[in-house]
Amino acid sequence: MHFIQAVTTIWEREVKRYGRDRARLVSTFFQPIMFLVIFGSGLRNPLSAGGLGVDYLKFMYPGIIAMNVMGIAFFSSISTVWDREFGFLKEILVAPVPRSAIVLGKALGATTIASVQALVLLILAPFIKVSIDPRTVFHLFVFMLLLSFAISAMSLVIASIMKTMESFGVLMQLFIFPMFFLSGAFFPLTTAPHWMQIISRINPLTYGVDSMRQILLAPQTDPAVLTKITLQPIYLNVISLAIFAMIMISISIVNFRKKD
Amino acid sequence: MGIIEVKKLTKQFKDAKAVKGISFSVEEGEIFGFLGPNGAGKSTTINILSTLITPTGGSAKINGFDIEKETDEVRKSIGLVFQDPSLDERLTAEENLIFHARLYGLKKKEYIKRIAEVLKLVDLTEKKDNLVKSFSGGMKRRLEIARGLTHYPRVLFLDEPTLGLDPQTRFNIWEYVLKLRKEHKMTIFMTTHYMQEAEYCDRIAIIDSGKIIALDTPAQLKRLVGKNSIEEVFLQLTGRKIREEEASTQEQFRNQIMAHRRR
Repeated sequence: MHFIQAVTTIWEREVKRYGRDRARLVSTFFQPIMFLVIFGSGLRNPLSAGGLGVDYLKFMYPGIIAMNVMGIAFFSSISTVWDREFGFLKEILVAPVPRSAIVLGKALGATTIASVQALVLLILAPFIKVSIDPRTVFHLFVFMLLLSFAISAMSLVIASIMKTMESFGVLMQLFIFPMFFLSGAFFPLTTAPHWMQIISRINPLTYGVDSMRQILLAPQTDPAVLTKITLQPIYLNVISLAIFAMIMISISIVNFRKKD
Repeated sequence: MGIIEVKKLTKQFKDAKAVKGISFSVEEGEIFGFLGPNGAGKSTTINILSTLITPTGGSAKINGFDIEKETDEVRKSIGLVFQDPSLDERLTAEENLIFHARLYGLKKKEYIKRIAEVLKLVDLTEKKDNLVKSFSGGMKRRLEIARGLTHYPRVLFLDEPTLGLDPQTRFNIWEYVLKLRKEHKMTIFMTTHYMQEAEYCDRIAIIDSGKIIALDTPAQLKRLVGKNSIEEVFLQLTGRKIREEEASTQEQFRNQIMAHRRR
């Protein structure tokens, strides 16, 4: 099947390139650890008296994992803009392959990279005193795949519109940071102002954070406390993420089909 | 019927018309030179023929396939070497070729053999495991030519393939191109700014402001315009301002010769 061969070829290139980029491999760990060490340690004591019900580090940990997934997936897919600048995208676009295969190959490449990288963050669990068993790891991994696929698809939509890397700084400020901060990774959205709750609902990261928090904390947290800090049942998060991913993939396929 | 058939091809961009109804036909096995000053419409034409953009009028067929309706067949029929580099520098030479071969649907058995062939053709067999990052400009160009050939295209488009290369490498690349025509009957459609290279072409089309203003063999063009080189023909036909200056010095030169003869 030519379609599958095209998808795996593009996928393989993404993964190979990532593996060869040592600097990126290392730097992707830096950000989550920084958040955990600085935010986590700094806010842990002031917040311990509050109504959170769980240790702040434990609360934040799943959110940081989800953010890490999003960051890597986003950056991996946005590399399509570099491909455009370095001319390599042309090489892909003149090939006799359906545009949907190009989009899928790119998205699955980023999904693989982000999920596998984020898995490494689970090493930190014992330090935060979160116990994990293989089943939890498996459930988390499924969500890492789902979340990173949704984010990659979104990032491809942006890459299909963005012609140069120049606007990348603006994109980070106006798009990525708000998504990080409005995801519920740092504070529970259940007690946030109404307007913020509404905005956070259109943020796919919200669903990723919410699911991972439930998966990681459920075995060791009082269910009453957990409902207070989480949004909705996991299956609803799955549906929300899947719908978001499908819409984004469709838009990027349409955009990649467009010609001048 | 030619392997490339272009009829009244037009491309209107939002603010300007880049190609204004050009028609031409390229025969199989021909080296067809597409010359013109910057902004004349060369790259736009190549982008249309290679299915990257759609024309606003007219039609074109490559290898018998319509560029708008049978894009996949057209894409399989052509190989491209773009004006700007388009290799993945983080992959090795061979990995770049494998990527290409697999995208074009070649099976592993086929492409292993084919890649060895094209690498040999451009003398890069020994460098195949090196990252492209470490390649010189000339090596990259050779690799791009090899890549463009990997899927057995019927037509090879070369958009300024020798731009920025030293004379040795340019000579080198021309050797490959001529070998391709001789041994593989490959049709080559190329643009260049080096007019002495245009002399290698079987036929030349000169495009200016989106229109083809001349199309013939280099010898015939020189005879028609009454010049000794394609460079002079080109300037005569396209460089209006320069042409006037050229014409006058040319005239002076001719007058001198005449005067000399009269003596």
